[in-house]
Amino acid sequence: GAGMFLHLLSRVRRRPVRPPRWSAWMRCRRSAASTAEPHPIPLPAQAQVVICGGGITGTSVAYHLSKLGWKDIVLLEQGRLAAGTTRFCAGIVSAARPVAIELKMADYSNRLYEQLEQETGVTTGYMKTGSISLAQTQDRLISLKRIASSLNVMGIPCEIITPKQVAQLHPLINIHDLVGAMHVPGDALVSSPDVSLALATAASRNGVQIHERTSVSHVLVQKGRVTGVETDRGHISCQYFVNCAGQWAYELGLSGEEHVSIPVHACEHFYLLTYPLKEPLASSIPTIVDPDGRIYIRNWQGGILSGGFEKNPKPLFTEGRNQLEIQNLQEDWDHFEPLLSALLRRMPDLEALQIMQLVNCPETFTPDMRCIMGESPAVRGYFVLAGMNSAGISYGGGAGKYLAEWMVNGYPSENVWPLDLKRFGSLQSSRTFLRHRVMEVMPLICDLKVPRWDFQTGRQLRTSPLYDRLDAQGARWMEKHGFERVKYFVPPGKDLLDLDQSKTFYKPDWFDIVGSEVKCCKEAVCVIDMSSFTKFEISSTGDQALASLQYLFSNDLDVPVGHVVHTGMLNEQGGYENDCSIARLSKRSFFMISPTDQQVHCWSWLKNHLPSDSNLTMEDVTWKYTALNLIGPRAVDVLSELSYAPITPDHFPSLFCKEMSVGYANGIRVMSITHTGEPGFMLYIPIEYALHVYNEVMNMGQKYGIRNAGYYALRSLRIEKFFAFWGQDLDAFTTPMECGREFQVKLEKGMEFIGQEALLEQKQHGVYKRFTMFILEDHDTDMDLWPWWGEPIFRNGHYVGKTTSSAYSYTLERHVCLGFVQHFDEKTGEELVVTTDFINQGEYEIDIAGQRFQAKAKLYPFSSLFTQRRRKDEVELSGYQRE
Amino acid sequence: FYLTPPQVNSILKANEYSFKVPEFDGKNVSSVLGFDSNQLPANAPIEDRRSAATCLQTRGMLLGVFDGHAGCACAQAVSERLFYYIAVSLLPHETLLEIENAVESGRALLPILQWHKHPNDYFSKEASKLYFNSLRTYWQELIDLNSGETTDVKEALINAFKRLDNDISLEAQVGDPNSFLNYLVLRVAFSGATACVAHVDGVDLHVANTGDSRAMLGVQEEDGSWSAVNLSYDHNAQNEHEVERVKMEHPRSEEKSLVKQDRLLGLLMPFRAFGDVKFKWSIELQKRVVESGPDQLNDNEYTKFIPPNYHTPPYLTAEPEVIHHKLRPQDKFLVLATDGLWETMHRQDVARIVGEYLTGVHHQQPIAVGGYKVTLGQMHGLLTERRARISSVFEDQNAATHLIRHAVGNNEFGAVDHERLSKMLSLPEELARMYRDDITIIVVQFNSHVVGACQSEQ
Repeated sequence: GAGMFLHLLSRVRRRPVRPPRWSAWMRCRRSAASTAEPHPIPLPAQAQVVICGGGITGTSVAYHLSKLGWKDIVLLEQGRLAAGTTRFCAGIVSAARPVAIELKMADYSNRLYEQLEQETGVTTGYMKTGSISLAQTQDRLISLKRIASSLNVMGIPCEIITPKQVAQLHPLINIHDLVGAMHVPGDALVSSPDVSLALATAASRNGVQIHERTSVSHVLVQKGRVTGVETDRGHISCQYFVNCAGQWAYELGLSGEEHVSIPVHACEHFYLLTYPLKEPLASSIPTIVDPDGRIYIRNWQGGILSGGFEKNPKPLFTEGRNQLEIQNLQEDWDHFEPLLSALLRRMPDLEALQIMQLVNCPETFTPDMRCIMGESPAVRGYFVLAGMNSAGISYGGGAGKYLAEWMVNGYPSENVWPLDLKRFGSLQSSRTFLRHRVMEVMPLICDLKVPRWDFQTGRQLRTSPLYDRLDAQGARWMEKHGFERVKYFVPPGKDLLDLDQSKTFYKPDWFDIVGSEVKCCKEAVCVIDMSSFTKFEISSTGDQALASLQYLFSNDLDVPVGHVVHTGMLNEQGGYENDCSIARLSKRSFFMISPTDQQVHCWSWLKNHLPSDSNLTMEDVTWKYTALNLIGPRAVDVLSELSYAPITPDHFPSLFCKEMSVGYANGIRVMSITHTGEPGFMLYIPIEYALHVYNEVMNMGQKYGIRNAGYYALRSLRIEKFFAFWGQDLDAFTTPMECGREFQVKLEKGMEFIGQEALLEQKQHGVYKRFTMFILEDHDTDMDLWPWWGEPIFRNGHYVGKTTSSAYSYTLERHVCLGFVQHFDEKTGEELVVTTDFINQGEYEIDIAGQRFQAKAKLYPFSSLFTQRRRKDEVELSGYQRE
Repeated sequence: FYLTPPQVNSILKANEYSFKVPEFDGKNVSSVLGFDSNQLPANAPIEDRRSAATCLQTRGMLLGVFDGHAGCACAQAVSERLFYYIAVSLLPHETLLEIENAVESGRALLPILQWHKHPNDYFSKEASKLYFNSLRTYWQELIDLNSGETTDVKEALINAFKRLDNDISLEAQVGDPNSFLNYLVLRVAFSGATACVAHVDGVDLHVANTGDSRAMLGVQEEDGSWSAVNLSYDHNAQNEHEVERVKMEHPRSEEKSLVKQDRLLGLLMPFRAFGDVKFKWSIELQKRVVESGPDQLNDNEYTKFIPPNYHTPPYLTAEPEVIHHKLRPQDKFLVLATDGLWETMHRQDVARIVGEYLTGVHHQQPIAVGGYKVTLGQMHGLLTERRARISSVFEDQNAATHLIRHAVGNNEFGAVDHERLSKMLSLPEELARMYRDDITIIVVQFNSHVVGACQSEQ
C-alpha cells in the first residue's frame, strides 16, 4: 500500500544513508524489545490539544504549539505519519507567491526547514537550489515582475533575468519561446515526508504525544465548545481540536453533531519521475516553473521530477472517502500527455530519458485558491488548517506557526484574514459547488491572474431579486461571498471583448463605460444594487442591546433614534475586526450593515462577545432586504417625488435613517448614506417590494437622467474620496487611529469598549503606520501598467509600505492608490512613529511591476474639490474636516 | 497523391445518413432510438444497397443491407421490394382486405411503410407498376389463404424472402412488352444479392439473413466493456452447417463438385442469395430465356455461361435463416453490415469501436509503464497517437462513418492512420476492388430505458 512509493525511492536511492522510516524509528525509541507488530501505547484520557492529521500541516502545528510552550498535545494519525499527500508531495519550497501572506508563510517555511536538520538531527533533504519561473508572454513577465517587486521589498533576493541568463543557469532549457524569467535563488527543495518527520521528532521531544493508526471518528461539542474527541481507540477529553486532516478535513468537519464547514475538495495530481540522466543533473540545479506550459521541473536524484496543473483536472472523493483508497490511484498517461508535451518542449534533450513512474498524488484545493486556517465560527476551540492548494510544503511551516500563535495568543502575528476559515460560510460547502470550483481553481494555479479576475464556476448562487432585470440591461457580474454583484452595465449596441481578451494589466475595455457611470453619479443620479451587504438586527427587551454594543463598538451608539453611526468592532489591540454602519431603529434595536464577506466572521465575533442573555436577540436579516444605493445630486429629487415626503437636509440630514413609503411600498428603510461620500440614499427594501421600488425609481428617475451603475463606479468614487474598505484596506491589524478615523472613535463616551486601551496608547504615543492616499503623477492611463494593490511604496527611495487598493479617479483624471506608510529607521530597520510631517515631507514613488511612478501623498481627501459641488457631502465627510 | 483530412472526410461522409426516432411528449416510446448508416463504394457503381423503413400498419421497424454481385440490379430490386413483401406478410387479414378494396375502387391506399432514405437511395420508377402488380398478387393470395392465425414474424420473414425471390424469377421468365423493363427484370434475375434484414418491435428483434452479410449485437457488460453477439449465420463455405445443407440437397455424386475453392460450384461465394437464376433454373429454362431475351443479354458471356457440374438445380435458395432475440437493457446497438466490413474487422473490435463511439467514452487500455524501459520520447509518441485516435471519434457524427473510418484506415495498432486512410480512398477505380470491397453499414441504437420497461412489463 502506502509503502510502495517509498519502496520505489529506496530502489533507486544512491546514497544508502537515509533516515529510517518513522514507524521503525518509533519502535526503536519506545521499546527495543518489540520486533513484530508494535503494541500501541494507550491513548491518554485527556489533553489540552488534540491534533488530527500527521502530514506536514499537523506536524507543523504540533511543532509550533510545543515551541510556544504548550506541551499537553496529542497528535493522531489514522495511518502512518507523512503518509498522505505529504508523502507524495513534490517538495518544492518557493516564495514566489502573489499573495503577501502566502509569501510570508513560504519565506518562514524555507528558513525553518533550512535549520531543521541541525535542530532535530533528522535528514530533511534540504537543498537550496533556487527556482526560475519562466515567462512565455509579456503579460506573464509583468505578473512575475509584480511578484519580484514584493519579494525584493521583503528582503528576499529575486531577479528578473533574460532568456540567455536562464540558459546559463540551466543547461537543458529551450529558451527560444521565452521573453524573460524570474530567478529566486533562495528557493529550496526538501524531502517532504522527512520534513514532516523532523517536525514530529522535535515536537515529540517537546512532549507532544504522537499516535499512529488512530483515527478520529468525531469531535465532541458541548455548549458550542470542543470537549473531546472520539477515536477508534477510545476517547480523549480536550479543550482544543485541530483539524489537519487534509483532503479528509471536509468529512471530519461534518462528522460531529455540530457541523464545521471546511470547504475543501481533492483533485488528482500527477508528476513524473525519471531515472538519472546519462550525465546526472547537479543537485544544485534550479527548479523550473513554466506556468505557461503548466509544469514544474525539479532535479530528482540526478533525473527529473516534473508535474503540473492541467486544464482539465480530475476531482475525486466528491462522494466521500470510501470510493477509492489513496494508494490505489492509477497513473493516467493519457491525461498527462499535455504536460509531457510541455516538458519535452521545454527540455527537448530529455526525449531519451527513461521513465521511472507517473505518480498520482491527490491534492486538496479550496474555493479561492488560498489555504484555510482558523477557528470554526460554530465551535469554539475547533481549529482548522487545511486546503493547501498543492503548496503544502511551501506554506506548511508558516501556516503551522500562525495557527499555533492564534491558539496560544488569541491571534496570529500577521493578518491572516485572506486565509481565515470565516471568510467562508456553509454556503461554500455544497459538494457540487466544491467539485466545480476546484476544477477551476487547480488550472488557475498556472493561469495568468490579471486585475479584477473572477471565478467562472459556482456562480449565480445568491442573487438579488433584481438579478434578471439588471442582467437584461447589460449588467456584467462579479461574485462576492456567493453573491452576484454588478461590475458595470454595458450600454446597448456596445460590445466588450471576450473574457479571455479582456484580461489585461493595462487600461481595461470598460474604462469609458465606468467613466460615464461615475459621471452620472456626480451629475445626476444612479442606482446600484448593493443587496449583498451583510445585515444584522440586534435588539433587546431592555437596555441590554445598547449596553452590549457600546462595549463592542468604538463609536458612541447612544445617539438619537434615527441616527446612523459609522463605526467598527475592534479587538484588544484596537484593530478592526469589523467595519460597519449602525442605524438606531428604536431605543432598543439596531440595524447593522457590514461588508458582504463579513457575514460569518462578524456573526461569530458578536456571538462570542455578546452576553448570552435571553433578552438580547440577534438576527441575520441579510436575505430579507434588497439594498439600492441611490447616488447623486438628483437622488433627493427622485426620492421626494416617490414618497411625497420632504427630504430637504432639514428634514433628512446626512447619516439619518427613516422608514418611509416609496411608491406603493411602505416600510422602506431609507438612510442618507451612500458609502462613497457622494450625496444620496441607501434604500433597504423588504425583498417582495424590490421590483416595485426599482421600477418606480427608474420610471421617476428618467427625467433626472437616472441610470444603472455598478461596483466599479462605486469603487472609483470611494477611493478618490479616501474611503477605506474592510477586507481590502482595513484588517484586524489596523486601528482607527492609523487610518484617519479618530472621529469615529469616542474614547470618552463614558463606557469602556474593546480596544479602548490600545487606542488611548496610540493617541498618546502616535501610530506606526498611516493610511495614506497617493495620486499618481507621471502615470499615463492609456499606456502604462495600471496599479492594482500590493504595490510597494517608496519614500525618498526607501520602501515604506504597500498599497491596499487603487482606482482611476475620473474626477482627478489620475490614478489614486490607497496604502499604508511605515517609518523604518534607516540604520536599524526599527519601526518608528509615523507623524503627519513624515508623510507630508517625502517624495513618493509607487512600484508597479518594477516600474516606479511619482506619487503625491495625501492624508485627507480633496475636500475642496468635492464639497464645492454639493453641500450635503460635508456632513458625511465632516469627520475628516474636523481634523 | 495525397488526400487532406477534409477531402477524406468528404469521401467518407458522402453517403452517410442518420435517423432519430421522433419522441412523443419528450418520451421515446420505441425501443429504437435511431440509426446511422453509410456506405463506401469499391465497385463502380457500388453493388451494395441498404434500406430502412418503419412499418405503419403494424408495429416495428425494418432495416436491411443487401450485397449485390454480378451487377447491382438484383440488390437494387430487393432493397426496393423486400420490405413491402415483409410488411404485407405481417399484415392482418382485415388490413389486407382494406388495402385490396382501396386498390379495387381506386381509393387512396393506406401507407404501409415510411421509408428512411438517403438522397442517393433511389427507387426505379419504370418498374414500380410491375413490382406493384406482383405485390398485389401476393396479398391477394394471402387474403385467399386467410389462415385466421396471428402472423408469426419469423414465418412472415421467411415467406416474404421466398416470395420475392420467386417473383423475381417469374417476372424474368414471363418478360415484359416494354423492352427496357424486359431487360431490367432479366438483369435482376441474372444478378444476385444477399440480404440481412432486422425487424425490431419492442423487445422482439428478428434477424433474417440470406448470404454472407452479418448482424451483430453490441452488448455492454457490467464493467462497461463491450462484447459482440452474432445474430446471423454466414451462408458460405466457412459455415459447416451450410455446406452440409447444400450437400444434403444434392446427390452424393455431386459432393465433390458442389463446393470448390470455398465457392458454390466453384463460382459463388454466398451459399444463399436472391436472383442468381443461373444457380436456380434448369439449363433448358436458362437457354430459352437468354435466347429469347434482348441482344444485350445474349452478348453477355456471363449470362450465357452455364456453371460446371450443373446437374440438379436449384443449387441456390433465398430462404433466410431467422434468429429471434429478446432485447435486454444491456443490448445497446445492432450492426448490420455487408461482408466488406467483416473481412477487415473482427466483430469484437466492431463492438468496442461503436460502443465507445455511442457512449462517448473511450475505453483505451490504460498505459502502465510497469517494468518496461520506456523513454519520455517514446511515451510522448505513443500518447500523441492515442490522442489522435480519440479525436477521430469526434470527427464523425455518424457511427457507421466512424466504423468505416476504422475499417479502412486502421493500422496494425488498431488506430486510424490518416496516411493509410488517404491511400485507400485515393485508389483508382480499377484497383479499389482489389484492396477492399463495398462496405455498407447500419448501426441501430436501442433505447435501454424502453427495453427495460418493456422487459419488466412482460
